[in-house]
Amino acid sequence: MSDLIHDQTPLAQAHNVTSGAADHGGHGAGHSRHLAHHFNSMSQQNASAKLGMWLFLAQELLFFSGLFLMYALGRYFYPETFLAAHELLDWKLGAVNTVVLLFSSLTMALAIRGAQTNNQKSIVTNLVLTIVCACAFLVIKYFEYSHKFHVGLLPGKYFSANLSELGLHHIPADFAPGVFFGVYFVMTGAHGIHVLVGIGLMIWLLVRARRGDFEPQSYAALENTGLYWHLVDLIWIYLFPLLYLVR
Amino acid sequence: MLVRNESAVAQQAGATSAGAAPVAGGEPSYLTARKGIGSWLYTIDHKRIGLMYLVAVLTFFLIAGVFALMVRMELLNQAKDIVDADTYNKLFTLHGAMMVFLVIIPSVPATLGNFLIPLMLGAKDVAFPRLNLWSFYIYCFGAVFLVYSIAAGSFDTGWTFYTPYSTTTSTEVISATTGAFILGFSSILTGLNFIVTIHKMRAPGQTWTKLPLFVWATYATSVIQVLATPVLAITLCLLMMERLFGIGIFDPAMGGDPVLFQHFFWFYSHPAVYIMILPGFGIISEIITINSRKHIFGYKAVALSSVAIAIIGFLVWGHHMFVSGQSELVSVIFSFLTYAVAIPTAIKVFSWVATMYGGSIRLTAPMWYALSFLFLFTIGGLTGLFLGALSVDVHLHDTYFVVAHFHYVMMGGTIVAFIGGLHHWWAKMTGRMYNEASAKIACALIFIGFNVTFFTQFILGSKGMPRRYYTYLPEFHSLHVISTVGSWILAAGLFTTLGCFIASLMKGARAPQNPWGGLSLEWATQTPPIEHNFHHQIVVTSGPYDFPEIQTTTTNSHNVKGH
Repeated sequence: MSDLIHDQTPLAQAHNVTSGAADHGGHGAGHSRHLAHHFNSMSQQNASAKLGMWLFLAQELLFFSGLFLMYALGRYFYPETFLAAHELLDWKLGAVNTVVLLFSSLTMALAIRGAQTNNQKSIVTNLVLTIVCACAFLVIKYFEYSHKFHVGLLPGKYFSANLSELGLHHIPADFAPGVFFGVYFVMTGAHGIHVLVGIGLMIWLLVRARRGDFEPQSYAALENTGLYWHLVDLIWIYLFPLLYLVR
Repeated sequence: MLVRNESAVAQQAGATSAGAAPVAGGEPSYLTARKGIGSWLYTIDHKRIGLMYLVAVLTFFLIAGVFALMVRMELLNQAKDIVDADTYNKLFTLHGAMMVFLVIIPSVPATLGNFLIPLMLGAKDVAFPRLNLWSFYIYCFGAVFLVYSIAAGSFDTGWTFYTPYSTTTSTEVISATTGAFILGFSSILTGLNFIVTIHKMRAPGQTWTKLPLFVWATYATSVIQVLATPVLAITLCLLMMERLFGIGIFDPAMGGDPVLFQHFFWFYSHPAVYIMILPGFGIISEIITINSRKHIFGYKAVALSSVAIAIIGFLVWGHHMFVSGQSELVSVIFSFLTYAVAIPTAIKVFSWVATMYGGSIRLTAPMWYALSFLFLFTIGGLTGLFLGALSVDVHLHDTYFVVAHFHYVMMGGTIVAFIGGLHHWWAKMTGRMYNEASAKIACALIFIGFNVTFFTQFILGSKGMPRRYYTYLPEFHSLHVISTVGSWILAAGLFTTLGCFIASLMKGARAPQNPWGGLSLEWATQTPPIEHNFHHQIVVTSGPYDFPEIQTTTTNSHNVKGH
């Protein structure tokens, strides 16, 4: 994946220098320092990076599609359970997290805009804001998770919560809360790991942005991470109503 | 004859690469351009990465092959021969898992595909060279987990990891599924790299209809790799969650459904069958055309049938579950769609045969392999239709008939095509020729050994011998003995091939630039290629199969008509 979001690393640079002599193909002297040895032009390089990222997102979607299928089946088999058990989730925290992630998508887009307009300060500021939002999301998620661990709202065979203590009085006949919390933890867990990866990518982008790596002609790494981040956001936008707002 | 053709072919290849100067000759090949172990381990050259994959794949092929020989050895007699029943279960599981995840899936795309795709496109490298190296190391990392699971006591679920057994057995399922999960990412990233490469790196003038058919086949394969493999990833994740935390999604006691695992698993693993066979189709298209000295029959039909197989292949997974309790309507639809795959597949087989018809066929060793492929794959494909028929499948399901069917496709199809392809491009990869006579002897041994081993299993299966059993009823004994003897002949053929390759590396004759008179771009560069593949940017003006012999034939026929 690093190729899709990198334009040039030291390794590729070294490669480029040594291969220069062997390259009779005649690269013009005016070519960008970001152009890798095996591409003919920046537009070819950027188009490749972008197509690669879209394909990567396609496989991400299929990865999550399995989880959404799991959700659909769980809800199909146990509609009453999903209706009852969702009340054990805190929709207010979920809503706050939705706003936080939506805002981070905005700042991510603004960071890309900063690269397009060559506003280096805007790139850095907006990346920092995005990272802060992503961390805030995970902190809120941490509080949600630890509360559930504490009261025993756990997947499958580990489910041990005292439901009447938690204020859940209407319990359906074929109540299978383990299934609901299995779905909840696997889906939000997989999403959370993607948020973590996104934070890692943005920290690396931040280091590069402070080095002044991004220019109006060369910001594929920034744009591709942005695409990734919007997908992570989008998946949460589906997870929130499906898990927290069952009606 | 090869030598006689060469100048004409070199000229033609030169015309294909309009503007290319004659080979400089002075520049070192990719094998010698850099020295030292680090120049291999850190290389981002697609050719070297292809060779590293080749070594890894062949190593695991040897190991998994030895497991297969042990399985066959054990079945020589009904009683215990060399291993006990538990070890037997582990052996066939390891054979299957390693052959599928470590050998057949990466075999053609990661080795020949890596080596050839950029060359065939006239490009300097794949679109993402470092990602390519990462894919290789991810492959190695995944392999470590699989090998660890063997060392830690192995696993006995079969390569399919079916629940509920896989969630309850005490064997090393977690590390094995982790390995398969990681290997999946290697496969996804390789596919992604190829799709972008084929879209964005084609030489000027190389339109989609001027692509070699191997590229088309790899493209279709890559689409499946990118779109199907993530579903395997999530399936194995869920399986691990089930084992570790008991989330219950596959456990009926907690409200889950074990058949759901089968749906998940085959949604990947049936398309994966086409990941395995499509690149083999690509190799066969190249070998048959180049050795018939004739334009391939129905270029567009062959190219698009690869894509059609890739698409329909996503919609047939339910045919693995005809007896698992899915609804009858669903079974009928899956059966119909399974039959639909036979159409594009048959288009290919007919096109290959029609290409040979009236061609000037050269029976080189790769051509021997291609002809073996035609025979074996046709049997494999047709017996697939037996299994796709609902009523027949109830009788044949989980018998040796299934085992024989998929070995005819996977081994007789993919592996035979792979070995044929290795012979065909061996000269380009290594700069050495192999010994034609010993290669043909090896091919004959493989062909005979394979049929003896697996044709008997069709008979065994139709008589009711169930698969995955450690022992059997007395009436199956003689056929099991024949099958085991066949496995020895097959092994002898494969070891002869290995010896043939090693001998070629040690003392093979220096290969000319274009030993087979090919017109696709990999033959337009020197042998072995230079580090950056071509001295100049290639400009493509003609198709990959416009052999000079065609011009003569068409002119002649025109003359005849004219008079």
